[in-house]
Amino acid sequence: MTTETEEALGEGLADVIGVAAHQPTESVSLPQIDFSSFPNQIFWLVITLVAIFFILSRVALPRIAAVLAERQGIITNDIAAAQDLKQKAVEAEEAYEKALLDARADANRIVAEAKAEIQAELDVAIAKADAEIAAKAAEGEKAIAVIRESAMDSVKDVAKDAAKEIVAVLGGKADAKAVTAAVTARMKG
Amino acid sequence: MATEVNGDAAAEGTGLVFHPMDQFIVKPLFGGDVVAWYTVTNVTLWMGITVLAIFALLVLGTSKRAVIPSRTQSVGELAYGFIYKMIEDVAGKDGIKYFPYIMTLFMFIVFSNFLGLLPMAFTTTSHIAVTGGLAVAVFLSVTVIGFYKHGFGFLNIFWIAQAPLILRPILALIEVISYFVRPLSHSIRLAGNMMAGHAVIKVFAAFAAVLAISPFSIIAITAMYALEVLVAFIQAYVFAILTCVYLKDALHPHH
Repeated sequence: MTTETEEALGEGLADVIGVAAHQPTESVSLPQIDFSSFPNQIFWLVITLVAIFFILSRVALPRIAAVLAERQGIITNDIAAAQDLKQKAVEAEEAYEKALLDARADANRIVAEAKAEIQAELDVAIAKADAEIAAKAAEGEKAIAVIRESAMDSVKDVAKDAAKEIVAVLGGKADAKAVTAAVTARMKG
Repeated sequence: MATEVNGDAAAEGTGLVFHPMDQFIVKPLFGGDVVAWYTVTNVTLWMGITVLAIFALLVLGTSKRAVIPSRTQSVGELAYGFIYKMIEDVAGKDGIKYFPYIMTLFMFIVFSNFLGLLPMAFTTTSHIAVTGGLAVAVFLSVTVIGFYKHGFGFLNIFWIAQAPLILRPILALIEVISYFVRPLSHSIRLAGNMMAGHAVIKVFAAFAAVLAISPFSIIAITAMYALEVLVAFIQAYVFAILTCVYLKDALHPHH
């Protein structure tokens, strides 16, 4: 019973793996050295190889080569373009730097000019102010001189009056001319 | 019970279950037993699927010719760049001329290997008829290219000028032998790897029918499958790079 089941199992397995269960023993030997199948295999091999060769050499390989070449070309172009853009960027940066330097120089120049202008204006103004001050000072001195003059005159008058009074108090009769002469003489001395 | 099962399995192992090589049998697709050279067989089917898969990847996948590739397109471009660079590195600039041929070989082998890993698939590259055909084609082309480019100067690859004079004849003998063994090793390496991996998976699969060891068997199948995925690519790579090496010998026979 067990043997039967096993046999059935064996047959089932043999069916599954594509083997006729009951085969004559002589065909169990190596199928690889069954020379009767050689012409068949070699015939189909030649046909297969020719088919593959034509598929490859006529369609597949040129197509893949073209795709690879195209990709290589695109990559090369892109790299060149990138190089170009980089160069441009560097140039732009340089131009920017130059513009910046120029602007800075301009600014410095303008500042210096403005400074010089202001200085000149300032100098003029100072000179003018100095002149005005000098004029005012001269005027003041003049006024002071006038005031001093008048003050001297007043002092003379006061001194004359005082001398006359002193002379009168002392009981003398003051001679106006003599007093004036005396005061003038004193004041000069 | 367990012993009984094991005993049964062992008994059947000799009779029914263990047919790890049956997956490699070339069978006519539409009935009949005779495999004539023109018969449409499972070889035809899986080679046709290989062609369609290559067409899908390299033609349909690149149909948009997108500068920014889709996933399929980038896989196609990757394969292209991989082989192109391999030829350039190994065989030099003048090897680029043979790029479509080596690309054909590589794509055929890599797709056959991977398609062979599908369940129920037939692995065309596990047959020495196929790999031998490829290897002999490479061998003949390379020899013809060598003689065409350099005339009898091509024989310089057997005469190692750097070696001491006494050793040169011996080395020449070794070189000649190794040159003629090339197609053999070139083809058996690929077919052997493919056949062994698939056979081992099939053996483990047979053990999966036995309940007690089926978990281990399934783990083993998984591990083998992972290894086979690796091998599928590596063997295609090895085949292509060896082709490039042979091509380099033909283009530059002066060591």
